[in-house]
This record gives sequence, structure tokens and C-alpha cells, in this order.
Amino acid sequence: MSDAAFGDIDNRSNKELRELVHKNLAGRHRREAIFRTLGIAAIAAALGFVIILFGIMLSKGLPAFWQANVHTEVYFDPDVIKGGPKPVQEAGQSDADYQQKVLAWQRTVTLSNWNNLVEQSVRRLAPDLEVEKRDVLAIITSAARFDLRDMYVNDTSLLGKTIPVALLASADADNWVKGKLPRDLPDERQQLSKGSRDLADRLLTDGSMTFDFAMHIFTNVDSRSAPASAGLAGAFMGSLYMMLVVIVLAVPIGVASAVYLEEFAPKNRWTDLIEVNINNLAAVPSIVFGLLGAAVFINYFGLPRSAPLVGGLVLTLMTLPTIIIATRSSLRAVPPSLRQAALGLGASRTQTVFHHVLPLTFPGILTATIIGVAQALGETAPLLLIGMNAFIANIPSSPLESATALPVQIYLWQGNENRHFFEGRTSAAIIVLLALMIVLNAIAIFLRTRLEKRQ
Amino acid sequence: MKSALLKGAAIGLLATSLVAVSAQAEARDTIQIAGSSTVLPFASIVAEEFGNAFPEFSPPNVASGGSGTGKRLLCEGVGEDTIDIANSSSKMKQSELDACHTNGVMDVREVVFGYDGIVFATGINEGDFALTPEMIYKGIAAQVPVDGQMVDNPYTNWNQVDPSLPDQDIFVAIPGTNHGTREVFDIKVLEDGCKAAGLPEMDADAEKAACSTVRQDVVVEISGDYTETLARLQANPAAIGVFGLSFYEQNRDTLKVATINGITPTLATIASGEYPVSRPLQFYIKGEHIGLVPGIAEYVAFFLSDEMAGEGGTLEAAGLVPASADFLASQLDAFNAGTQYQP
Repeated sequence: MSDAAFGDIDNRSNKELRELVHKNLAGRHRREAIFRTLGIAAIAAALGFVIILFGIMLSKGLPAFWQANVHTEVYFDPDVIKGGPKPVQEAGQSDADYQQKVLAWQRTVTLSNWNNLVEQSVRRLAPDLEVEKRDVLAIITSAARFDLRDMYVNDTSLLGKTIPVALLASADADNWVKGKLPRDLPDERQQLSKGSRDLADRLLTDGSMTFDFAMHIFTNVDSRSAPASAGLAGAFMGSLYMMLVVIVLAVPIGVASAVYLEEFAPKNRWTDLIEVNINNLAAVPSIVFGLLGAAVFINYFGLPRSAPLVGGLVLTLMTLPTIIIATRSSLRAVPPSLRQAALGLGASRTQTVFHHVLPLTFPGILTATIIGVAQALGETAPLLLIGMNAFIANIPSSPLESATALPVQIYLWQGNENRHFFEGRTSAAIIVLLALMIVLNAIAIFLRTRLEKRQ
Repeated sequence: MKSALLKGAAIGLLATSLVAVSAQAEARDTIQIAGSSTVLPFASIVAEEFGNAFPEFSPPNVASGGSGTGKRLLCEGVGEDTIDIANSSSKMKQSELDACHTNGVMDVREVVFGYDGIVFATGINEGDFALTPEMIYKGIAAQVPVDGQMVDNPYTNWNQVDPSLPDQDIFVAIPGTNHGTREVFDIKVLEDGCKAAGLPEMDADAEKAACSTVRQDVVVEISGDYTETLARLQANPAAIGVFGLSFYEQNRDTLKVATINGITPTLATIASGEYPVSRPLQFYIKGEHIGLVPGIAEYVAFFLSDEMAGEGGTLEAAGLVPASADFLASQLDAFNAGTQYQP
């Protein structure tokens, strides 16, 4: 057929040919213009979506970092606080016995009516306003009573003193003063009673209620009974432990397998098979790794549910192919002349690899590691299957204790029934997670450029 | 330097595997709870307060996943890698208890701690719905009786089902089968509605299928939690969503609740039993783990205390319909006496 076409061209005159090319040329130019416009449009659309996403998230999430606080004074009333003086360890008393005494004392202190102190300290700001006790307590987070208790347990000399404190407003009160609920809704559709709303408005106008930066988002753990004081500390520690496990396991195993496969392994059917499988592993959906983790690590090895160690192991499996593939490609990029020179000077193959080839690949390995870790940091699906979506009210002190992770915390918060408050909180958590990702990627770029320059 | 790097990596590897091995030997000291997303808010609050009130125990971990999932996890066996308590918004079935027994979980105790109502709600700007189980059945069943014959559901608008209902397209978001809410919905709404609709004569199996099969075109089954149902309602405000009372109470500004048989769901009407679609909330405890995992008995007692599940307690403020003090006391006694659960 091509012969016929050429024959056809040969039979035409020069003029005809030139016309043909010219006609063709206009079409080619047009196609190029169309392609370029499409390319620009694609980039513009992608950027537009990113801007919309960030815009929505920042506009919803940033205000959540500032929460209403009531600044007042609290009187540690000796009539209210029970338990007496803190027990001291007597000579000859065993540690266990002393611990028992302290625990018993702490429990009595906890059972004191701390809500009375909270109520009194709010009432003194608006003594003329007639509101019920329930209405007063409704605008302060229910965790405030434990904050006061902790202040007292840490420093019993506070008894009988009046101390200035900032009490965190409850989630409902925060919603109200931030205007999340329409002000004209009838009483039966409001979350706060009329008395509470008036009190909150009064405190806001006389300046004792202010919006302060919510440090507790970073220092508190998740909370259900006092949503206003819910924070990310537990999820952050859980993510940190998981990332440590991933780095400690995935980097050495990944680099070692890449070096062996690329530099030492014979090229035969078996290594081909392994290579194909590693590439396939990189494409396995993460939820499958979660199922595997639940079946192998929890059911077979008996590791604890919800533990960051198990999460880390699952994410290691996910990160391994990324690191192996990236390390192999950076090993392949090292010029063979370097290996030949080293071998020619009498270095062994191991020496060649470890003294001359591997150091050149450090920037590549580092980038792969950080990108792999960043990916693992944002992974949610496999963690749901190994029980890391539980509500956990303490900060894990080891990788074996139950924990959640940052992306799982986002998932949990978006499911909370107090929508007005937790929409903001969810966006705030997303901002924290994205900030972490950006920092990780920035470190990767910084280290890579530094290492590349040094070489 | 490079060999130092390798050595460091090797040591790290060894350390992690050692940690992994020692984990098996270490006893678990945190109670593990999983199950119903309806019970989750209540159990989480109790867990948190439990940690505050009992400094010697660490606060229990409470996971979601649905009642069915919780009971399945509970019945996986005895040991540290299995959970201790399953939250459930539906009663454990004989088949589920049998699964427990086959896997060696012989000691299953039930504690009922309160009640929950299932409410039907629309977007706040939609029409007022005064529903009956019969209307809901006619709206969403796959086949309905028309002139004594079973035909494929012909209705597309609520006012075709009953002229008293608003002129609104039928679209209902109901909980998926992994939720305990679904079981109550099937029994208290579909079955009752089915009976009221007056099916033509047919054999028992066919009748059961006719009463429980919902149409797929206008009914969406939600397997996630209530926020997913709420999202459906925001996307399509004409939809009717099925929620727990406590979820509705927290979102009264965006949801409008429908009455059932003329009764508005409130704490009072559910506690008195007037509102027809309500169910007890409970959790199941694996007796084998009591004493093995510290704090289980204390957790149960704390859960049933006046301060938590009692009238005027913390959970009532969170939307639980409280049971009477006598009832809670009897539940605690039965638990402490080791009374076995019988379906």
C-alpha cells in the first residue's frame, strides 16, 4: 500500500506536491495549537481544583484553631474539695502501699463537685444574670472540671486561693458565638438553651470571652465527652511510631534487596519472576495489605489490635516496593565505567558496590524513602482493618499500645455527630496532616539538592 | 561510614523483631471494645470518664464497625488478640451465640444500659411527614399488594402512597445490614407495615421475602455511619434518612423529624414506649476475660452507675434514653452473678 502511495506522489507535479504540503501544514499547525491549548487547559483545571480544595479547607479549618475561652478566676473552695491533704510516704511504708493511698486520695478528689467551682467562677462574671446551673455549665467544656482537678492535684497549696484561669468554652457555645447556627432559629432547634445563649453573648460583649489560639489541638487526645478539648496528640504519636517502624524496617530491607537484585543476582528466570512480583506488589491496593495485616500479624502472630507496631508493619509492606524500585533505578543510573574502574583497580564486587556505587545513589534512596514515608503517613484504609479506628483516650507510650493515626483521626472526626464543630476540626486536622507532608517533601528536596551538590 | 550505616540498620531490624516477639508475652492492660456505631458515642464517653475516675486503669479503646462486626469480633475466640466487649444495638442471635461457643467463648453476658429511638428525618425545609409503618412499607418494599395482587412497587411519590403525605419523590436512605439499626427497622417498621398493608394469602417463606425485600431504585443502604446518611440528605434534601435519636438531637438545626403513628420521637415518648420504633442498647461481655484484662467489672459497674447511664446522667445529655434505676441495678446484679445470655 505504501508503494502505491509513493508511486502516487512520484506521478504528481512539483506544484501539486507543494500545494499538498501547504494544505497539510495548516492542519499540522492547527493540531499543534489545539494540543497546546488542551495542555494549558488541563494544567489550569488541575490548579483550579487544588486552589478550590485548599480554599475550602483553609476557610473552614483555620478558624477552628481559635476557640472561645472564658477568662475568670476560680476559688479553690475548701468546702467543696474533698480528700484532705495529699498522703505523704511515711518511713517504712512500702511503695505499693503508698501508691494505693495516693490513688484512693486522687479518686476522692475526683469525686468532689468540681462543677460547682466551674459554675461559681463563671457566675462571678455576670452576677446579675439569672440563669440555671445547667445553663451555666453548658457553655463550658465538661473537661474543665478535670483541668481544675489536675491543677489542684499537682499543687495542693491552691486550696483556699483564688487563681485566674481560662476555661475553654464548650463546642455548642463555640458554635453559637462563631455564628455557625442561625441566630433566629427557634429554641427547640437550638443546641443551647436561651439562658446559656444570653450568658455566652454577655461574656463575649464584656470581653471576658475571647478567641485564643487552641494549643490543646496539639497537646490533647481525642475526646467524646468534651468535644471542645479534642486534640491530635494521640493520633500524632501513633503516626510517629508507625513512621519509625516503617523507616527502621523498610529502608534496610528495601535497599538490601535492591542492591542484591541489581548488582549481585544472576539474571535468570527466577530473578525475572521476582522483579515482576515486586512491580506487582507496588500496584496492590492498600486495603489488601490491611487484610493481610489483620490475618497474619494480629491473628497468627498475636500482636495487639490497634497497635502502631502492626500499623507500621503493614505500611512497611506497602512502602517496600517503592523503595526497591527507586533504589534500583538510581543504581542503574550509576555509569558502568565507575564499576569497571573499581574492579580494574582490584576492588572486590562488594567493595565496588559499597564504596563507590551505593554512595552515589544516596540522594535517590533518600527521596524514595521520604516519598514512601509521606505516602504511608497518609494511608488510612489498611489501618481501619487492624483496629486503628478505635476511640482512644490516652497518648500511647510505646508502639505496642493502642493508638490512632492522623488520617484515621480525620476519618473519625468527620463522622462525629456534632457537625458544626467537627467540620472545622476535621479541616484543621487535614491542615496539620498536609503541613506535615509538605515539611517531609521539603526535607526530601533539600537533602537531595545538598547531597547532589556535594558529589 | 557506610558499614556503620548498615550496622545501624541491622541493629534496628533486630530490635524491632525483639519488640515484636516480646509483645506476645506482654499482658494486655487496656479493655478493647468494638461494635455498634449507635452505642459508640455512649461507650466512648464512659471510657473517657472511666479513665478519669479510675486512675489505676487505662481508658478502654472503643472501635466502631457496626453491631454485627462487633459480635463477630467478640466471638472470634478467647485471648489477648480478641476484643473483650461488643457494643450492639440489636440482640445477639442464636447463630451468633453458637459461633461464640464453637470458637471457645462459653461465657457471654449481656448488659442492657438504655434505649434508643430510630427516627425518620428530612431536610429542614421539606414538608411535614406524619408516617406510619404501613406507609413506609408501601413506599420502599420491592412488591406491594394492589387490589389483592402482589405487583412491583408502582409508587414514585409519597402522596401516591397516601394522600396525606407531601408531594415529594420517594427516596429513602436506610442503614445497611451490618448495622443493628437495620434489624430493628426490619422488624418494627417493615414487618409491622407489611402486616398492616394486608398481604394476599401466600406461604410463609414468600410472605417473609415480601415483607423484607426493599426496592433498589429509590432506597439506598448506608453501610457507613449517620454522617453518611446526613450527606445523602444534603445532596438530596427530598430524601428521608433513618437516624438514631441521639444523632438527630445533635443536628436539630438541619433535620426535621417525622412522626410515626402521630407520635414525635423524644426522650419521654421513647422511654414510655409510646414511640413504636425503639430498641434497647446493650453490650456483650466475654466472661473469660474478666480478671484477665484489668478493669472490666469496674467498667461495667461504672457504665451502669447513676452518674453515667442513670436518669439525669452524662449519657442522657448525650442523647441516650435512660432506663430506670431499678432496671440498671438488676442488670448489674445479673452481670456480677455471671448470668449467661440466652437469646
